[in-house]
Amino acid sequence: MNGTTKPYGVLAEFTTPADIMHAAEKIRDAGFSRWDVFTPFPVHGMDRAMGMKNSKVGWFSFIGGVTGYTTGMLMIWFLNAVNYPIVIGGKPMFSPFSAFPPSYELTILFGAFGALGGMLFLNRLPRLHHPLHKNRRFLQVTHDKYFLVIECDDPKYSEKETVKLLQAAGSKHIEMVEE
Amino acid sequence: MASQVSKQKLPVVPAELERIPLVRNGRSIGWISDQICNINEGKLPIWWWASFIPSVVLLGLLGVMLGYQITTGVGVWGNQHPVMWGWDIINFVWWIGIGHAGTLISAILFLLRQKWRTGVNRAAEAMTIFAVMCAGIYPALHVGRVWYDWWLFPIPNSNGPIWPQFRSPLMWDVFAVSTYFTVSVLFWYMGLIPDLAVLRDRAKTKIKQFCYGLFSLGWTGSNRHWSNYEKAYLILAGLSTPLVLSVHSIVSLDFSVSQLPGWHTTIFPPYFVAGAIFSGFGMVLTLLIPLRSMFKLEDLITMRHIDIMCKVTMATGSIVAYAYGMEFFIAWYGGNPSEQFHFLNRAFGPYWWGWACMMGFNTVVPQLFWFKKVRQNLLIVFIISILVNIGMWFERFVIIVLSLHRDFLPSNWGYFKPTWVDICTFLGTFGLFFTLFLLFLRFLPMIAISEVKGVTPQADPHHPLGGAKHEEAEPDNAGDLTGDLTK
Repeated sequence: MNGTTKPYGVLAEFTTPADIMHAAEKIRDAGFSRWDVFTPFPVHGMDRAMGMKNSKVGWFSFIGGVTGYTTGMLMIWFLNAVNYPIVIGGKPMFSPFSAFPPSYELTILFGAFGALGGMLFLNRLPRLHHPLHKNRRFLQVTHDKYFLVIECDDPKYSEKETVKLLQAAGSKHIEMVEE
Repeated sequence: MASQVSKQKLPVVPAELERIPLVRNGRSIGWISDQICNINEGKLPIWWWASFIPSVVLLGLLGVMLGYQITTGVGVWGNQHPVMWGWDIINFVWWIGIGHAGTLISAILFLLRQKWRTGVNRAAEAMTIFAVMCAGIYPALHVGRVWYDWWLFPIPNSNGPIWPQFRSPLMWDVFAVSTYFTVSVLFWYMGLIPDLAVLRDRAKTKIKQFCYGLFSLGWTGSNRHWSNYEKAYLILAGLSTPLVLSVHSIVSLDFSVSQLPGWHTTIFPPYFVAGAIFSGFGMVLTLLIPLRSMFKLEDLITMRHIDIMCKVTMATGSIVAYAYGMEFFIAWYGGNPSEQFHFLNRAFGPYWWGWACMMGFNTVVPQLFWFKKVRQNLLIVFIISILVNIGMWFERFVIIVLSLHRDFLPSNWGYFKPTWVDICTFLGTFGLFFTLFLLFLRFLPMIAISEVKGVTPQADPHHPLGGAKHEEAEPDNAGDLTGDLTK
């Protein structure tokens, strides 16, 4: 490669979930901010070990659900009571009861889109390129290896100290990843 | 002597039963992806082709039948006055009911923290989606003029202000079924994202890398992503739970909102939901029992999984049996002569054989699952699961045809017979279902890889197998009394 490639971060490999969780606790306590843990499955307790807050996906889903319910009720009222009123079996033109089942389904529909869309938005996915995907060793992340990555952009980052810290945290293999 | 006395005072601690592991033989985390991806990457087994080719032929038959029906008219079906809902609606309800087990496994069992679901949920969700597709064909064609199907949806049009009317349960059904299909696909796809990333990272060819890479959306397994992912998954499970309960409830309202004896009853929503889950579990067992041995997945879909699914089938079958009994009781207790006649006609009328199949296969046969020997015998379980599906088909036959063929006025009575088009269309939907299911088996991971990995002891950072040091290890049974008492 030419000399213009920038380093992206340090990649440290671990072999068990317990090891990477203890390493994450150390990195959290050292005060890093631009770092992440990569695992083949969600490791329970890792959010706390990384000092993360509760996910905000719920808000997206909630807003979706409220939108769905409101859309359903207003749509049915407008279509059957205002724009095209037609008497069916002497029933009222609009009743919240008969309008409820479709509105309920729309609540769930929009709430589900909110949950999936919110997840993708918060994770900035889809993302078709990521520096880590070029790393051969990182392919094991979906198999059975656990990785901790500290980005070079982190204000606390210094190549020597960070590598030393990760070695002390118990990583058996550490390498630099290019942008 | 003194030591013996003090020993007698100790309470007797029952021997601890060993928990049957969800993944047998202590398989490693890497083995799980190897074994499941082998289905997608290895050579296609001969049985796959032997099932795929007839499925595609049947799919072709479906195409011909639908083409014939569309170009000729609904009259090619056996639907005749007074039985205007025939095999089309029977098959619609039957297929959509089958779908319900997939959502029950993926959503309700997730909320109930049933970890065994991880072994079967992916295939069951695929079954849901394909079954709903088969179901959706029927009402879409039953309307007669397929090219007006878009009238079912509130789409602005140039026919003056003219809109669907939302006071009809049939309209609610449009929303319930289309939402059910969409949300099932979203839920299924979201579960697939991390597993598509597994296939992407293992892919050897450029095309596979590109396709799996595109659909895995650049998933890296980042914990910041997992955090949002797990929350979204929980919310989708929470939304799918009321959804699945509402879908078959609304399907049942198509019937129970009418005035017809046999349809006009308040027990329908819970009874339909239980029946749907019952038939769905039957189908899950029918599909997974052969698959687990043909793909060598016995360590992932263990006998424990089969055992639990048999128990769920038995429980829901018992609810259905209770509902059958309660219908008869209410017919007698309600004192409505039309209702009473209808239920006697079910058992002793011209369609007594349909009623007998329904009662036998749905109430008697699943009770065999009380015996562990039956639940452990895969051949018997497989046969029972098929009988359950047949029984549930006859349940819809009994509800629809028997209620319609003899209503209030004897001059209005009739006898329904299916035509060859009815039969071939139904066979054709099996072609659609199995074609899609076999393609799913080949191109997508049929077991949720990352979820199964997550329920192994090696994945638990507090378990010795997950790398926990002795002093901090707290296995599942931490805090039980045995430790203190033996001190």
